[in-house]
Amino acid sequence: MLRPIVASTTLGAIVGTVLAAGVLFARADAPAGAVSIDNFTFGPASLTVKAGTTVTWTNKDDIPHGIASSNNAFTRSKALDTDDSYSFTFTTPGTYQYFCYVHPHMVGTIVVQAATGSNVTQ
Amino acid sequence: MSEFDHDDGLSRRKVLECMTWVGTGVLWTIAGGVPHSLGIMGEAAAQEVKGLTFMQISDSHVGFDKPANPNALGTLEEAITKINALPNKPSFMIHTGDISHLSLASQFDDADRIISQSRLDVHYVPGEHDFLDPDQKFYRERYGKAAKGAGWYSFDANGVHFIGLVNVVDLKAGGLGNLGADQLEWLEADVKSRSASTPIVVFAHIPLWTVYPDWGWGTEDGAQALTYLKRFGSVTVLNGHIHQVMQKVEGNVTFHTARSTAFPQPAPGAAPSPGPLKVADDQLRKMLGTASVTFKQNEQRLAIIDTPLQA
Repeated sequence: MLRPIVASTTLGAIVGTVLAAGVLFARADAPAGAVSIDNFTFGPASLTVKAGTTVTWTNKDDIPHGIASSNNAFTRSKALDTDDSYSFTFTTPGTYQYFCYVHPHMVGTIVVQAATGSNVTQ
Repeated sequence: MSEFDHDDGLSRRKVLECMTWVGTGVLWTIAGGVPHSLGIMGEAAAQEVKGLTFMQISDSHVGFDKPANPNALGTLEEAITKINALPNKPSFMIHTGDISHLSLASQFDDADRIISQSRLDVHYVPGEHDFLDPDQKFYRERYGKAAKGAGWYSFDANGVHFIGLVNVVDLKAGGLGNLGADQLEWLEADVKSRSASTPIVVFAHIPLWTVYPDWGWGTEDGAQALTYLKRFGSVTVLNGHIHQVMQKVEGNVTFHTARSTAFPQPAPGAAPSPGPLKVADDQLRKMLGTASVTFKQNEQRLAIIDTPLQA
């Protein structure tokens, strides 16, 4: 029974990060998600969010990366130098595959779920 | 380029003789059709080379200023200074891409200012870092005006047919480098009428053969391109991108990658990612460099000499 406790603690940390990112990069009342680019890898590789969430990618590598949808489903980023970020707000539910257009072997997924009647922000 | 054009039968018999890895650049000698290693750049230059010798520089990443090398422009200048000091002046130079780090106009300007100090004709192909400006137009405006598509072209020098390819645009999710159908079609037509004894030198940024797919080090349709070159007796493929010297010989085809003048990258799989490799300050210049390539008449292989900035 230790495992769920650890998991919820981790989740709490993630929510904290997400809220902080929301303040920085999106409207304070909008939900936010974060993807870190580190060692030529998207983390998390798959991120699940509610519709209306602003997802922000941040490049932590010493090499530029670029975000592009695999099927042109969302706007591609400009080249992201070290510590640069790119944000996109996903309003339509669905599964969005994306890749780094500089290093196309780097791939990731954003899963956007329908925003239900429940209050997303509180 | 026209000053190197020769169309007589004699020159067609010439072959790539010497291909070498030069830390600062690769010095290639073509003589008789098969690449030969001349040793390091200084040694190669000391030999009496009859034929054609040209330099390869790669991955100058002008604008890179991270810990792996805070002054990539400075090490590019060191490489050009070494090339200028060669006792036998090379005929021209090829640059196998990643001229700039972020495709900024100022980075291309700085690169041109330094590279032009060599007073050599330079034949460029782009790296993925040269197409990062929002409109993806700077590279073509500066280096690709006379080229086809995203910047591919061919030319002849001393009976050797040179083909510059672009495998860094229109990349597909999950894939490797990409030449694309239009370029492959052009390549097939470009070599079709040439005699099988014509030495061929292909240069492109990302390795045309699969070096390490986990890091994207290969070209999706590179094998298709090579099928058009199968009938030629001497084919030399010169690449960059992986910031280290690697060579493979397969039948009549010699594959070779040159060092960067900016920063080293880890050996395949030797690190969590292919990101810039930070080494001790006194080791950096041993891992950067150029190559010279020499072609000699009546010899089959090109001699490639890789010379580090610092031995």
